[in-house]
Amino acid sequence: MPEEQGYSALTEGVYYILLALHSPLHGYGIMQLVKEMTGGRVILAPGTLYGALNSLLERGWISAVDHSGDKTRKEYCITEQGKQILNQEIKRLEELLHNGQRILGGVN
Amino acid sequence: MRHSIMKLFMDYEKEEKWLNDMSAKGLQLVHYSFPRYTFEEGEPGEYTYRIQLLENIPSHLESQAYIRFLEEVGVEMVGSYIRWVYFRKKTADGPFELYSDRESRIRHYGQICLMIGAVGAINLGVGLMYVFGTELKVGWLNLFAAALAAVPVTFYGRRMLKLKRAQKIFE
Repeated sequence: MPEEQGYSALTEGVYYILLALHSPLHGYGIMQLVKEMTGGRVILAPGTLYGALNSLLERGWISAVDHSGDKTRKEYCITEQGKQILNQEIKRLEELLHNGQRILGGVN
Repeated sequence: MRHSIMKLFMDYEKEEKWLNDMSAKGLQLVHYSFPRYTFEEGEPGEYTYRIQLLENIPSHLESQAYIRFLEEVGVEMVGSYIRWVYFRKKTADGPFELYSDRESRIRHYGQICLMIGAVGAINLGVGLMYVFGTELKVGWLNLFAAALAAVPVTFYGRRMLKLKRAQKIFE
């Protein structure tokens, strides 16, 4: 496993989970929103989503929203640190896109 | 109407396929108690089945949290055997997979290999001890069990390597 550095790429799943958690959502809500955002291309499977949510909680990139009384449906939300990571990633993706278009853009 | 079938599988993915074939015929797994599968008659293809090796037994707190999370997204646990669990989801709700990334699949295969490998290694150790000791017959039985364990470790290991090779290029 590569140790994460500032320049490490996020997986597609993690990228979309962080994006979906811009406002608080529970597991099912994340799956639905990501599916919707990508027109059904990215379908997060529950085992993968569960593992990713736990890793993101450990890193402090997301937090569990406390619902007093309602224990059945845990909601998650992105943290400031998570937003920072997401913004870094968007810059990286912009660079990928920019370079791709710059080199291949004029060919077709 | 309930039907019960006794069957043994070495490969959980073949077992999954069998359960989904049974579902297509209208026989839905409702209970598993090693090595007996109990099916109930229902709509053909009503459920999609998936099998997973959990990191802990199902009654463990961490497993309970995971199973509850799955329930929230419409996945139901219908049976278990030690750390193996049997899940199902309504097929009408869309395709049902437990993992959507290579990394998780690789880790799952790894855990299975580790578990079966450990059983195999213990049998190999005990078997060698017996064979070179006095209990010759018991020893051969252990060695046979160790050889048997090597089979799934080999095929799961191969699937794991295939995914790892793909992971070098694709996410």
